Amino acid sequence: MDFQTVDWGTNLLAILPEILLTLLAVVVLALDAIWPASRRRQIGIIAGVSMFGIVLVLLIFSAPIAAAVEEQLILGGMFRHDILTQIFRTMVILAGGLTCLLSTDAPGVGRKGHYYALLIIATLGASLMSAAADLIMAFVALETTSITLYMLAGFLRGDERSTEAGVKYFLFGAVMSAILLYGLSLLYGFSGQSNFYLLADGLKASGVPDLAVLLALVMLLAGFSFKISAVPFHFWTPDVYEGAPTPVTAFLSVASKAASFALLLRLFMAVFPEYDPIWALVLAIASIVTMTLGNVLALRQSNIKRMLAYSSIAQAGYSLIGVVAIGAQNGAGMAAVIFYLFMYTLTNLAAFGVVIYVSRATGSERIADFAGLSRRSPALALVLTVALLSLGGIPPAAGFVGKFFLFQAAVDSGLAWLAIIGVLNAIVALYYYLMVVKVMYVDRSADEDKPLAVSRAASWALVLTSVGVILLGVVAAPVYDWALRAGQELLF
Amino acid sequence: MVPLWMFLLVAAALFAIGLFGVLSRRNAVAILMGVELMLNAVNINLIAFWRYRTPDTMIGQAFAVFVFVVAAAEAAVGLALIVAIYRRRQSVAVEDVNLLKW
Repeated sequence: MDFQTVDWGTNLLAILPEILLTLLAVVVLALDAIWPASRRRQIGIIAGVSMFGIVLVLLIFSAPIAAAVEEQLILGGMFRHDILTQIFRTMVILAGGLTCLLSTDAPGVGRKGHYYALLIIATLGASLMSAAADLIMAFVALETTSITLYMLAGFLRGDERSTEAGVKYFLFGAVMSAILLYGLSLLYGFSGQSNFYLLADGLKASGVPDLAVLLALVMLLAGFSFKISAVPFHFWTPDVYEGAPTPVTAFLSVASKAASFALLLRLFMAVFPEYDPIWALVLAIASIVTMTLGNVLALRQSNIKRMLAYSSIAQAGYSLIGVVAIGAQNGAGMAAVIFYLFMYTLTNLAAFGVVIYVSRATGSERIADFAGLSRRSPALALVLTVALLSLGGIPPAAGFVGKFFLFQAAVDSGLAWLAIIGVLNAIVALYYYLMVVKVMYVDRSADEDKPLAVSRAASWALVLTSVGVILLGVVAAPVYDWALRAGQELLF
Repeated sequence: MVPLWMFLLVAAALFAIGLFGVLSRRNAVAILMGVELMLNAVNINLIAFWRYRTPDTMIGQAFAVFVFVVAAAEAAVGLALIVAIYRRRQSVAVEDVNLLKW
């Protein structure tokens, strides 16, 4: 396969969102230097709104045109410009924009221009991860996200928990990325190629024993398990989620995870075009252990961020069901994962958005301190309820449809037992999600009469996410069809 | 000429030493040194593969350059985080970093 020398106009248009994100980061840093401290809160709003604008640019001007793989691989094969790229880029840039708006009042980060610049660069990395079609590109994009997220997790230098979260995330992350990188170097060496779509043929032609390829892929899988916080590389998740500033946790739990899933899907589909039962079994076991462990440990958490951290481990387990069911007809398994991640992005941002405001008012992150929230701020309580119902998989929220697609794909590819374990897990999970709803609506607290103020920017972000969650649950078809087209393109 | 497998063996040994260092050391800076060894092992791999398998393309070399640039960035951020935690706790031993527990 030779890469087309597409003209520069097409190339630049394809990466226009990334170029705009880079410019935005520079502008944000400049504003931070020029503006007095009192105005710096506006930077977050500017960054957030600009990122929504970039999503529009992405959907209108950077839509994929070419149909053949050869024409979709642009910039020397570094970047695949297809529907999967489009949908995941929409997801992560939307997540970045919403996080910026939700950060504006967060203590310690909301008035810092360089915080937003780092967040934009992390978004840029995640966006490139979802498009990467080359080992080198994948590695650089992955590290762009990771290194900025290490900094963001440890951003509150005066807060012991935040610095600790930063150091822990960094140490785990650096080791896991070294292991992943070793896997990548072996894959390059065995095949003599670095482009995803040349790897499979290169491996076949070289005659390297299967065992050696397996070793490289196990290393890759370990690295990705860390990024998506799947068992057995999930240890860091609760600690980092609890310690990091809450908006960073929100971003970490959606954008970095979604982009890692995009890369995982793309790489494994390219290296294993044929369905492989052994891999399916390995992934199925990882999926079962991940969701069960996440759900069981979430049951006994008293800190809301820790609870959501274990919940996010469990959600990664559900998403893996779809990766196992990749053999399902016409890319339904992949479409289910993509849809699930899309709905998870909106849902988790809504949940963490409420946590930001409640913990700012109460000064605590304990679930017990959510008591009486329905009286202090009915709107916040409603948003959190919608988010938790969606995470728990109750209609009409999007989580229900998402889980339905996942389990449907599993049944279609002859993995009914996996779907049953998933359903059982979802029932266990309902307990701890509904527990928070109960605390908010039934339990009383002494501060009930103190209303809880939410700034206008953040309320827009919260309305957008929660309406999005309901809309996705009621009319899932457009987004699901979009995901299905992305999945089908990846299949051949 | 020295056969390819010898380079790979050295790289694998270096990687294993680095991983051992990461798992056995309790000092955060020593863990970082272990990670650097692992990344150097990757670079040996990349350059050896490039020389023996694809000497006519630049893939391996370009990859190695990116690896050490990223490794430098990672070390800079990591040391900054370690300094930040040292200022608060007067210790960089990982068992003292235990405020957050499961």
